[in-house]
Amino acid sequence: MVLFWAPLQGLEDFLKSIFFRWISTVYVEVIRGTPILAQVLFIYYGLTAVNIGALTSAIIAITLNAGAYIAEIVRGAVHSIDKGQHEAGRAIGLTEKQTMRYIVWPQAFKRMIPPLGNQFIISLKDTSLFSVIAVGEVLYMAKQYYNSTFEIFETLIMVCIFYLIITIPTSIILRNVERKLDV
Amino acid sequence: MITVKDLHKSFGDNEVLKGIDAEIKSQEVLCVIGPSGSGKSTFLRCLNLLEDVTSGEVEIDGDVLTDPKVDINKVRSQVGMVFQHFNLFPHKTVLENVTLGPVKVKGMPEAEAKQYGAKLLGKVGLGDKAEAYPESLSGGQKQRVAIARSLAMDPKVMLFDEPTSALDPELVGDVLEVMKDLANEGMTMVVVTHEMGFAKEVGDRVFFMDEGVIMEEGDPNQIFDNPQNPRTQSFLSKIL
Ligand SMILES: Nc1ncnc2c1ncn2[C@@H]1O[C@H](COP(=O)(O)OP(=O)(O)O)[C@@H](O)[C@H]1O
Ligand SMILES: [Mg+2]
Repeated sequence: MVLFWAPLQGLEDFLKSIFFRWISTVYVEVIRGTPILAQVLFIYYGLTAVNIGALTSAIIAITLNAGAYIAEIVRGAVHSIDKGQHEAGRAIGLTEKQTMRYIVWPQAFKRMIPPLGNQFIISLKDTSLFSVIAVGEVLYMAKQYYNSTFEIFETLIMVCIFYLIITIPTSIILRNVERKLDV
Repeated sequence: MITVKDLHKSFGDNEVLKGIDAEIKSQEVLCVIGPSGSGKSTFLRCLNLLEDVTSGEVEIDGDVLTDPKVDINKVRSQVGMVFQHFNLFPHKTVLENVTLGPVKVKGMPEAEAKQYGAKLLGKVGLGDKAEAYPESLSGGQKQRVAIARSLAMDPKVMLFDEPTSALDPELVGDVLEVMKDLANEGMTMVVVTHEMGFAKEVGDRVFFMDEGVIMEEGDPNQIFDNPQNPRTQSFLSKIL
């Protein structure tokens, strides 16, 4: 879900509208400029009125948070493609859409892979913050466990190992993808 | 073939083209010279609407480009453009660079486009590089691919913006040779270049541009050997 949110924003006409620019700038700056912990709490307590529950709040928070960073990654990658590429596409008669699709996007996509992978791992780790709103993720369960057994270090090490078990293979896969795509 | 009437182009407050009038005949090779910043690139880019024109009229083979009703993509597909920095598509093979236009713009079947592309690559002397990627080519080879890419659209006019000025001197000749062949085949060409030898041998006419206007025009020998305008004289004395 997180991964689909930002690319969907690529709808070109919409992207170009001043209204959208304004909204997306505010969105990105607010998310980037505030701690994710505050965002999680904000969503949770801010939405108690509609009573959506901790897990849904958590999912909304991480989606909004990662979405902002991904939007920046996508924007930065598209922006980093030399203007001459776009011009060369238009010069042979490709439409704006075709130029984006066949020329700009494939090149931008390659450049997005490393930062997207990075963001994926960060977001994964950020899920540990959900413990503050009592979502039963790993850290939350760990806290409950060491609160009764007092095996704090042992438990936290297990938590870290748990994260590493997910993140290290992810890193390896990403690196392989990068090598294949020759980024 | 190309008629330009009182063409003006501003970027904000900066008026870059201050009224250009020109008539370029079919099969003519027009060379454009002039100091950096004089508006040469902007002039070329107005001829295929890579820049929108501020005022004035550009007509190519009966199509008035400056008419809002004109199909810009169709016009662009009929006007080839070769850039100083090649702008090849790095994620595509040499052959794919050449066939992309015919396939996506003209709807040519893939197989036919490949044959056609291979023929054009042969023509620019790169028949053996079809499957290579641009990064593995020298500057001169890249520029020849860029020329083939433009030719693939079967343009009525070819625009060249300093096609050899980013090249090592020993690679310039091959590119000029290809351009010379094109001229001999009757291609209408507008070439921004300071290659005097090329202009004299192949060019039919030379424009000297300065400060957004055509300061002097004439046949290549006259402009280079016997310039009338003092600005032309001073410019030529600097570059030659
Ligand atoms: N996209 C642009 N935006 C603003 N100014 C531009 C742009 N393109 C060119 N110019 C300005 O127009 C003038 C002429 O540029 P150009 O046509 O590239 O000159 P030349 O090709 O003769 O060196 C320069 O002063 C340049 O700064
Ligand atoms: Mg220029």
